[in-house]
Amino acid sequence: MCTFSRAPITTGTSVLGIKFDGGVAIAADILGSYGSLARFRDCPRIIKVNKNIILGAGGDYADYQYLKDIIEQKIIDDECQDDGFHLKPKSLHCWLTRVLYNRRSKFDPFWTNFIVGGIQDGETFLGTVDKLGTAYEDMHIATGYGAYIALPLMRDALEKNPDLDMRQAQELLVKCLEVLYYRDARSFPKVSLI
Amino acid sequence: MVSTMQSVCDVPAIHNAGPKAASFNPYADNGGSIVAIAGNDFAIIASDTRLSSGFSVYTREQSKLFKLSDTTVLGATGCWCDTLTLTRILEARMQMYLHEHQKCMSTAAVAQMLSTMMYYKRFFPYYISNILAGLDDEGKGCIYSYDVIGHCEKAKFRAGGSAGALLQPLLDNQIGLKNMENVDVQTINVEKALAVIKDVFISAAERDIYTGDSILIKVITKDGIRDENFPLRRD
Repeated sequence: MCTFSRAPITTGTSVLGIKFDGGVAIAADILGSYGSLARFRDCPRIIKVNKNIILGAGGDYADYQYLKDIIEQKIIDDECQDDGFHLKPKSLHCWLTRVLYNRRSKFDPFWTNFIVGGIQDGETFLGTVDKLGTAYEDMHIATGYGAYIALPLMRDALEKNPDLDMRQAQELLVKCLEVLYYRDARSFPKVSLI
Repeated sequence: MVSTMQSVCDVPAIHNAGPKAASFNPYADNGGSIVAIAGNDFAIIASDTRLSSGFSVYTREQSKLFKLSDTTVLGATGCWCDTLTLTRILEARMQMYLHEHQKCMSTAAVAQMLSTMMYYKRFFPYYISNILAGLDDEGKGCIYSYDVIGHCEKAKFRAGGSAGALLQPLLDNQIGLKNMENVDVQTINVEKALAVIKDVFISAAERDIYTGDSILIKVITKDGIRDENFPLRRD
């Protein structure tokens, strides 16, 4: 069977997300790897989508940029409506699920994983979608090597203290990225955190 | 010269193919187990709440039970992205039925539709192990189980998902009273069914790495659907 699927080219490594008291935080480094080459050293892959959504991406950087452009256009359209309604994190998360699932069903996946965070109706939201369209929500989410290295640290920290404040959540994410930098060969000491 | 050309052309095709990327696999096994037991006036369906892939646990609190109506609940495990898609289409089709016929779909009707929807994707299947539990038109408990391409079978008790093969013989013995001598066959009650479900899930969590964290149980009776939780080992 002929398949369209390619391999990812310029990639970003782990993305980490965590819920804290009154908000969510997403963190990742800013390295664009080209295979084993640390090629692009200023590739931020966490964005503020609108005033209540943040989005982080790992995997193929081109696929992320393509989807980012579409999402940014959705936000512009949203603003132009000027009806007081704005895209909500659950809606964006659901939309990404469908887009990624449709592409995997065509055997031409977007080789990415996303973490969507935000606040909807006074409640915090943290969800993820991978290249197949596998989606779930949790208190803490990590993709790539982060799932093996950072996630246990985050689960441990949240078990000891379930109500982190913003500062503690930030410190935890920075600590996790630091540990990832020790062992993940595709990581980088400069990070972005929203 | 001619002979050189000949030898180049003689190289088998496979050597001319060049480097090839590992092929993309559209399916994932996200694990999870379902157990359902039907009684005379109730049906119980339970699933574990672990969502995993390979050696990593994605989340410890993902329900795999979908309440489709006041008398029907679907349990779905396997490829989670397929489950999300199937259940969304299923819910939409049930809404369409409701608006067209001015009544909720019966469990038997949902069971048939699910089979049709699974077979519709015969050549690119939803990789899901489905178990449908509910009350039939007479208020009796009933269970339907499926394979990935829509084969449907009605049963009184069924285990499915990653520990399905592990649990079914246990249910055959404890619920179906198979291979037992001098037993008085009596109809099962809710308490007994709940106790067996908890026991079999504890056993499954011991041996199956894709089953654990906790179980979510839905008890379907004519009075509605009651939820119950039970913790399992988390390693």
